[in-house]
Amino acid sequence: MLDLIEIVRDNWVLLLIGQYPYGPLGGIAATLILSVVGILLAFPVSVALALARLSPWAWLRWPVTALVYIVRGVPLLLIILWTYFLLPLVLGQNVSGFATMICTLVLYEASYLSEVVRAGIQALPNGQTEAARSLGHGYVRAMRHIILPQALYNMLPSMLSQFISTIQDTTLGYVINVQELTFAANQINNQLLTKPFQVFFILAITYFVVCFTLTALAHQVERRIARRRLGGGVAPQIIDGVVMPAAQGPAPVGEVS
Amino acid sequence: MQGFDLSVILANPEFRAMLIKGIELTFIVAGVSWLVAMALALVLLTVRLTPSRLAQRTVAVYVSYHRNVPTLVQLMLWYFGISNLLPDAMQEWLTDHNGEAIFAIIALGLCQAAYFSEDMRSGLRAIPTGQAEAARALGHSYVNSMRYVILPQAIRNAIPALVNHTISLFKNSSLAMAIGVAELTHMVREIESRSFRTFEVYTVATVLYLGTSLVLMGLGAMLARRYSLAAAR
Repeated sequence: MLDLIEIVRDNWVLLLIGQYPYGPLGGIAATLILSVVGILLAFPVSVALALARLSPWAWLRWPVTALVYIVRGVPLLLIILWTYFLLPLVLGQNVSGFATMICTLVLYEASYLSEVVRAGIQALPNGQTEAARSLGHGYVRAMRHIILPQALYNMLPSMLSQFISTIQDTTLGYVINVQELTFAANQINNQLLTKPFQVFFILAITYFVVCFTLTALAHQVERRIARRRLGGGVAPQIIDGVVMPAAQGPAPVGEVS
Repeated sequence: MQGFDLSVILANPEFRAMLIKGIELTFIVAGVSWLVAMALALVLLTVRLTPSRLAQRTVAVYVSYHRNVPTLVQLMLWYFGISNLLPDAMQEWLTDHNGEAIFAIIALGLCQAAYFSEDMRSGLRAIPTGQAEAARALGHSYVNSMRYVILPQAIRNAIPALVNHTISLFKNSSLAMAIGVAELTHMVREIESRSFRTFEVYTVATVLYLGTSLVLMGLGAMLARRYSLAAAR
């Protein structure tokens, strides 16, 4: 127990912001920046992908469907290695691990989120689109003002869980030496050498605190939305970005990982 | 850059042997940890269904820990941290017996058990209590009402989630690379550093992973169809 406090006392700056300002930003700060920027950039991409998958044109629907299936069927680690290899080739210049990680996260999380968005749109009764179109709205306006606002609001809890997964996914940046929290813990471990359990225990607890807080928040948002929608239809349950048929009884709360 | 040529990798006996070894270990790690996870998940589910508040809280904490800590960190905690606390004789034994793979199996299995048990629990919770009451009122014992009335419906509800988490377990087995398990991703990087044929090796790995995931997705769809409501009616 004393060891834990000592390690945190000696290394809290490294865990919090890495070697900044003497080196690149790291630690929790980098983890959070990676995941926030990743999910914010992934969000518009995911809406575009979802709309493409729902579009009536096969030439748009098929490639996007294939892309989503490929990204979902391959380990994130392999996608990271692909980006790490391809990005410098495509851009013709060196790309930092941080930028590589953001690009990977945008692609990966957008694919998963697009399934959530698609489910959200499909869960709305058809009458919504029909009413909007018969009132004279075009496709774009109907989507923008009637369908998407409702769909996205209902999806807030799923999007929050996707954000939590994103935080967990940033740990894989360790493999390409992105200086985030896991990297910082490994640095500390390499300095101390004798206390690996304590160091990695601190690491696990730190992630737990961050993600648990967000999970609790997601539950609260979910309850609030459930209250507001009371009397509405049962939305499909979404697990790991895949749409489940609506549950038979009351939809289980918070089973979204 | 040289032209794209898969035969450089596939026709080379050394690389081919490495790939096959990697695939083998990937399947062993994923398969054994799936079994560990399923067995433990059933135990967790049973404990969670007992009336004891303390037991329920313990399982809830277990599930919460494993869902909120990244899998990679759990792997590192087991391999670097917990292994260090073991007695010396045991550490030596583990080093001789592919300890990396054993720790990867333990970490992945314990982590996925949390997901599996939650999938099954939400499958059970979706069954209205009236079903159990009706079964009991018709004279079924607890075990029979579970076996003939509750579980068939609960499994139907849980299958899609269980299949999804099986696929993510398979994909997560690649994380074992980070602690030095010589599974597919590890071998791919090894071949890459020896042959400098990055494009080709990554393509082979992508096809292998994607193929297996698609097969699992297909099996899941088949299972779901078999247990679907439409078929039961």
